Amino acid sequence: MGKYAADREALAALVRPAEVHRDVYVDDEVFALEMRHLFANTWCYVGHESEVPASGDFATTEIGARPVIMVRGEDGTIRVLHNRCPHKGTRLVTERSGNAGRHFRCPYHAWTFRTDGCVYAIPLRRGYDGTGLEERAAARGIARAGAVHCYRGFVFARLAETGIGFDEYFGESLSSLDNMVDRSPAGRLEVAGPPLRYLHRCNWKMVVENQTDACHPMVAHESSAGTAVRLWEGMQKPEGTGKPMAMEVIAPFVSRYEFFEEMGIRVWPNGHGHTGVHHSIHSDYSAIPGYFEGMAKAWGEERARAILGENRHNTVYFPNIMVKGPIQLLRRFQPLAADRTLVESFVFRLVGAPDMLLERTVMYNRLINAPTSIVGHDDLEIYERMQAGLASDALDWVNLERLLDREEEHDATEIVNGTSERQMRNQFAAWKRFITMTMQ
Amino acid sequence: MTPPSRDDLAEFVYREASLLDEGRYDEWLGLFAPHGRYWMPLEPGQTDPLLVTSLLYEDLFMLRLRVERLKGARTFSQKPASRGHHLLQQPRVERFDPDEGRFATATAFHYVETRLDEQELYAGWARHDLEVVDGALRIALKRVDLVNCDAAFGNIQLFP
Ligand code: FES
Ligand SMILES: [Fe+2]
Repeated sequence: MGKYAADREALAALVRPAEVHRDVYVDDEVFALEMRHLFANTWCYVGHESEVPASGDFATTEIGARPVIMVRGEDGTIRVLHNRCPHKGTRLVTERSGNAGRHFRCPYHAWTFRTDGCVYAIPLRRGYDGTGLEERAAARGIARAGAVHCYRGFVFARLAETGIGFDEYFGESLSSLDNMVDRSPAGRLEVAGPPLRYLHRCNWKMVVENQTDACHPMVAHESSAGTAVRLWEGMQKPEGTGKPMAMEVIAPFVSRYEFFEEMGIRVWPNGHGHTGVHHSIHSDYSAIPGYFEGMAKAWGEERARAILGENRHNTVYFPNIMVKGPIQLLRRFQPLAADRTLVESFVFRLVGAPDMLLERTVMYNRLINAPTSIVGHDDLEIYERMQAGLASDALDWVNLERLLDREEEHDATEIVNGTSERQMRNQFAAWKRFITMTMQ
Repeated sequence: MTPPSRDDLAEFVYREASLLDEGRYDEWLGLFAPHGRYWMPLEPGQTDPLLVTSLLYEDLFMLRLRVERLKGARTFSQKPASRGHHLLQQPRVERFDPDEGRFATATAFHYVETRLDEQELYAGWARHDLEVVDGALRIALKRVDLVNCDAAFGNIQLFP
């Protein structure tokens, strides 16, 4: 056991009110503790119900470093099972999605399990007569997540058997998911196609922190968004030519500092928070013909206006996702190692809305979130340089002090200046709480 | 103009790759028709570029933006610059329609992109939909299907 696993206080001391120790990003033991404790004690996003519409449908993913299966049972309930045979540990399914029929069958010795995880059959069962198998964990079947909750189609799980409840964990932050779903005239979303999968050679928390870092776009994205604006403005075009969709998407990245300061950040307890309280880079997209009419018909004009008037930028559901309500996009941060993270970017169709909305969302996804995206290149270059810089012990502390209020409390709901690093501090407060919770 | 021969089509595809590999991006942009597009699907066999996410689906404006960005003084991800190398198999002519002025080729390739000490290998097929614009062959659509298009990638910064 290393210095942190044996010493909860030493781990907690990595987070100070205005700084964090570089070990939270580079140390392998800290990473292992995150996987073991933080990702078990918090509620993590697993998938969307539309990925498993029929009985027996499954989708595989990981929570922290643990492979899991999200599966719809014969009773229609969505469950989250550990993707590990209780006999000798074989991964039960390797496809990203599929249909298991009525049973999962292990490819090694053919133990079979119902889609709720219970053992259905074991070949040559008499080999266990009198061995006491019924007292072992193996006899209980595929291990299940401690708790699962489906919120308006979004499936979350807490791996730990006991711990904080779903409603207490997310509280008012669920309003961002509400807004995303309410933007469908039918009140329903569907995952639209495969996600982008982008490998980042950096610590997962750098990516999560960057979601609410409003001091970087005009600097890091000058090369992409800045060049786009310059090119568009210098282009010969007929008077009154409207901005193409791609320009509407990319240009706001280089808005002035005041734009980002005034957009505001709202923090919530347990590490959740969002940018874009008053406005955001998504506020000025062109109206799409027929959409408002459909919304007004479904929700009434006033309510439709209220739903569409909310233009939150990035909402972080700590620790593993960020959602963009106004464009129905979800990014999932999958830690692979202290210095490796997989970022998956999913888009959703607003059921009952014109296709043009999905077209814009799909465009946003490929322009901003793809491994081939120039905006993505800007960001990843920074993360990888941070990871390289922090490998040096020249300085041990990373500064997160911008607009620090010495009195600030972490279990608060509050609105602050949009360029504050408050949400990053909020995340680390939650990090400290949930990682140490189950340590000795 | 005399219509292009099958050899001309292959020559065109080779030339496109060498302009990229030599970093002559402005000349490369000149190979596209005004409405030309460059597409890299995300799904094997993808048919819809608009309502399904792609790795890349860009018109000439966006491609020009990429090329301009590569030259930028504050393009940090290109300090130092990446270099690319295409190894092409003989292009196969899939459409030869001189009357309409439309042609298409399919070319298997290996593409290497390198920066600093890293080098990545990508393999796939490029389809070129070509047409005659003002007497010259131009790209209406370059479609690049990576054999592992649905895999997780790090940065792909140039043009496979
Ligand atoms: S490991 Fe699964 S049945 Fe033996
Ligand atoms: Fe960014």
